[in-house]
Amino acid sequence: MSLLHELGNRAIDLGIPLGVQVDLTYRCNERCVHCYLDHEDHGEMTTAEVKGVLDQLAEAGTFFLTLSGGEIFMRPDLLEIVGHARAHAFAVKLKTNAVMVTRAKAARLAAFGVDEVQISVYSHRPEVHDAITRLPGSLERTLAGARALRSAGLKVSFANVIMKPNADDYPAVRSLCEALGAEYKADATITPMLDGDRSVLALNVDAPKLAQIYCDDDLVGDADAYCAPPAGPPDEEDALHTLPCSAGHSAAYISPYGEVFPCVQFPMLAGNVRGARFIDIWRDSPQFAEVRAIRQSDLQGCSSCAHGSGCSRCPGLAYSEGNMRGPSIQDCERSFARTGVASDNLLAHRAGASAAGPRPVIWMAQK
Amino acid sequence: MSAVYVARATHVAARMIGGEMMIMSGRDSSLFSLNPTASALWQAADGVTPLAELVERHICAAYDVEPRVALADAEEVVRDLASHGILRVSDRPIEP
Repeated sequence: MSLLHELGNRAIDLGIPLGVQVDLTYRCNERCVHCYLDHEDHGEMTTAEVKGVLDQLAEAGTFFLTLSGGEIFMRPDLLEIVGHARAHAFAVKLKTNAVMVTRAKAARLAAFGVDEVQISVYSHRPEVHDAITRLPGSLERTLAGARALRSAGLKVSFANVIMKPNADDYPAVRSLCEALGAEYKADATITPMLDGDRSVLALNVDAPKLAQIYCDDDLVGDADAYCAPPAGPPDEEDALHTLPCSAGHSAAYISPYGEVFPCVQFPMLAGNVRGARFIDIWRDSPQFAEVRAIRQSDLQGCSSCAHGSGCSRCPGLAYSEGNMRGPSIQDCERSFARTGVASDNLLAHRAGASAAGPRPVIWMAQK
Repeated sequence: MSAVYVARATHVAARMIGGEMMIMSGRDSSLFSLNPTASALWQAADGVTPLAELVERHICAAYDVEPRVALADAEEVVRDLASHGILRVSDRPIEP
């Protein structure tokens, strides 16, 4: 077991919010076609409020702090906030589009000792990237920002959300990333909007393309192992103790308005740091208690699913779909694309979605 | 041996979790867990107090150990921590 894994387990045992993402703003200089946020400012936390939250997180034992948005550089106090975070010795990760990063800002971030800067890059082709961000010239500026960060000595990673408009570009994005000495992270998950609007999900790549992505050794490592047939449901005894994920157990999310959730992808409001101390929400909110009570064995339709032991089911997505104790159909689709075997949950969902439609056939992944 | 001074590296992340000091190196994001004695030394490493004095205050006062042996062990620990970039070691006081 790695030290990181041990640390995660210890945090869960001790009830410590080890990793917390704080979104500093939902405002953004880009208007990405797949974005799940409302970019209006509905009353962001002030500098003092954010610093107060960071003080509370340090006291609560948070070690990994992610500052994200929106676009974090839209806040003129960003560097002050990062400096405050580093004074508390958090391992700080920043998520940005890097459009507003200058050499001077990169140097400041490096001087603070930021652990990682994650940059959203969608394509190596300006016409594709800029069409997704809906900001002309954004790819050029993003790459300039990435170079400035690398030149300052910072660890940089590219987050490449793969969707229909850029589905064929990820190998070139990966090459571009490697040329810059950055780490590459691909994600083919489109998240529903925070207001519940699910129309952006239409941007998800289709199943054959997803299967092609999952069978790419360069992307997933050992594709044969990754795409192996489902290994069956989890062991019954293990399922009684296995947690669905770290959300609410050792991880939390705080919005720019002070709202506290189990995770950025888990829109179950547990409280607001503007009206209560973070630690009290973390320890005592009924919502966190409910999330923490769930074990793998409680998941309806999942605990006995053939994909159970290898599924990447996201409780937040399941919650967004209507039942946090049920399957996340988005993840069922992923398991199907990965292995070529449709789960009973997926078949039932599809049958329900098209009552008079044909029963879906099992489609085998191409390798 | 001349005095040795130790200071915490500035680019690390650190948190005491369940009684163990967890430190992430700013050099390569490697994660380290310090035992209580290493943790005591790391926390006390202010750059201006000689290591021998830190050992006397924080190790010998807390554990039944011969000062000479404790200092030798501490020197080995600080060299190891320095090699991972989470502590700075010098033969003169270290500016913050």
